[in-house]
Amino acid sequence: MTSVQTSVYQKLTPVLTKRWLSPDAWRIDVYEQLDGYAAMRKALKAHPDDLIALIKDSGLRGRGGAGFPTGLKWGFIPQTNDAVGKRPHYLVVNADEGEPGTCKDLPLMTHDPHSLIEGCIIAAYAIRSSKAYIYIRGEAVHAARRLRNAVNEAYAAGYLGKNILGSGFDLDLVVHSGAGAYICGEETALLDSLEGFRGQPRLRPPFPATHGLYASPTVVNNVGTIASVPYIVLGGAAWWKTMGTEKSSGPMIYSLSGRIVNPGQYECSMGITLRELIELAGGMLPGHRLKFWTPGGSSTPLLTADHMDVPLDFESVAAAGSILGTTATQIFSDQDCPVYATYRWLEFYHHESCGKCTPCREGNYWMVRIYERILTGEGTLEDLDTLLDTSDNILGRSFCGLGDGATSPVTSSIQYFKQDYLDYIEHRKAPMALSKGGAH
Amino acid sequence: MTVFSQEIVDRAQEIISRYPPDRERSALLPLLHLVQSVEGYVSPAGIAFCADQLGLQKASVAAVASFYTMYKRRPTGDFLVSVCTNTMCNVLGGQAVYDAVSERLGVGHDETTADGTITLEHAECLAACDYGPVLTVNYDFFDNVTPEAAIDVVEQLRKGERPQPSRGARPCTLREISLQLAGFADERPEAVTDGVPGEPTLAGLRLAAKHGVSAAGFDINTPIPSREAAK
Repeated sequence: MTSVQTSVYQKLTPVLTKRWLSPDAWRIDVYEQLDGYAAMRKALKAHPDDLIALIKDSGLRGRGGAGFPTGLKWGFIPQTNDAVGKRPHYLVVNADEGEPGTCKDLPLMTHDPHSLIEGCIIAAYAIRSSKAYIYIRGEAVHAARRLRNAVNEAYAAGYLGKNILGSGFDLDLVVHSGAGAYICGEETALLDSLEGFRGQPRLRPPFPATHGLYASPTVVNNVGTIASVPYIVLGGAAWWKTMGTEKSSGPMIYSLSGRIVNPGQYECSMGITLRELIELAGGMLPGHRLKFWTPGGSSTPLLTADHMDVPLDFESVAAAGSILGTTATQIFSDQDCPVYATYRWLEFYHHESCGKCTPCREGNYWMVRIYERILTGEGTLEDLDTLLDTSDNILGRSFCGLGDGATSPVTSSIQYFKQDYLDYIEHRKAPMALSKGGAH
Repeated sequence: MTVFSQEIVDRAQEIISRYPPDRERSALLPLLHLVQSVEGYVSPAGIAFCADQLGLQKASVAAVASFYTMYKRRPTGDFLVSVCTNTMCNVLGGQAVYDAVSERLGVGHDETTADGTITLEHAECLAACDYGPVLTVNYDFFDNVTPEAAIDVVEQLRKGERPQPSRGARPCTLREISLQLAGFADERPEAVTDGVPGEPTLAGLRLAAKHGVSAAGFDINTPIPSREAAK
């Protein structure tokens, strides 16, 4: 074994995923044998403000895609005695995992649900909330079975409910299943959905920190963010920062899919490169050469084989022209067509657009038609301009990021793979017979 | 007069009690799952039931029900077979799986077999890309499916069998899973216990174990720094 290989393995930092290896870690008794609920006991003895400061010090950033500093978000919850501060505070966990490529939260909730519940208890205590909701994607039925079972176990153990461990702190936790709408992963659409409405995004400001659920102060955090909290409480901010980079601290679950030998979940120190990840995953599949990839889901602009050494942290990926997103690393090869890939993603955005904002609703509809035209050999050079122009009219012109995300594969694939488009338009590549089954 | 028994009314009240007293409307999504668990879809009667429980207009309830993909607006098969055809599963063979199942069943997207057993749909990303291509039966996963494996699954369903999913309990009927989505426990003992993680879920952990790597320096006794704020 060479020293180069050894250094790649050193990038593995199993923290949030570690218990997945332990059989039945979803059971409270097994969880408690593996440091479970030790962080809760420690946290409930600390001052809530000290917990917010601890999370700030750790540099933890949101794991749901945007990377907002978690401690800062918690600190925005007004703790004043005025009308706003006196309204009930809410903690809402965004477990509506659905960004194409993303598959890290479902295994966490299925195999280690108590870590999320323990994180909820600590976070709610820190922001002075006595009611928390986990909004879980409807389709995630098995994760929900485990999560609901774990919540019942936690109530029975006295870790949820009234006067938790004699601390005087109460917390009621409700698991709320969605009903099939990608848009509800957007935090304000999620809140509308949780209030019993169509899941459509809200205009901001005001932000959820002051006017969230029921127009009350609310923290909305991703599953991975909340599940990180118990580890930071146990190991400390300094330990957390031994992983990752200065501005992107901690471990990150990289979800690798596609044309690699061993797809799967690889929890690594933030800042690992795609080249290293592919090496961890056993290399590309025989006969496949890397052509394009998403650093963090389909809403993040495509990158190419030229970007294999970009550190996958928030700043470096942004500097390379993309977004770290959910670290859902979808890997495509020279046997995959970026035009077709983008077409399928656009069908997704078209289907999932909530219809509130005209640029996103209409723009995605028309772009799907243009892609159908191009792929079936009916496209023109002008279509490329129309795609870029349409993207320009969607980007930044809708309430939420769904429309922005839709433009990411369009503009980046035209930027890097214009020749693939031209090959269809100029008939060097045979037109595709698009399956009616796949079209909306 | 109504298909909604006293037991369902009681369940509806239990759902509503999960939310703050003046925020009953939050119960609407679980209530829609509840009425789907009774009739197998969200019927006009189901909409009226939800409206009645929450004191809403039927039009307000219908507006919400029609927004979400998982609420079926017409009678649906006992088993909803969803084949992921989003980009990653698609290029890994998901489209071929969908086409093969569609041809075998003789139904297209959102259509139900004549015997009422199976409704087919192509789904967008199901959050299991590391197991692609995947299909689900009432949302429980079958991983790395081929056209042959998928046809085997639907043929078992047509024969009244319940094929074992890759990482979960045997599929429920759509009505049964809808009750779970409304927040009620799956009463089968194996429902929670079944489902060990697949190799992709453990891939990074296996490597770390093999090479003796861990996140170093983790001491659970590290104190939480205290600011001057006194409790």
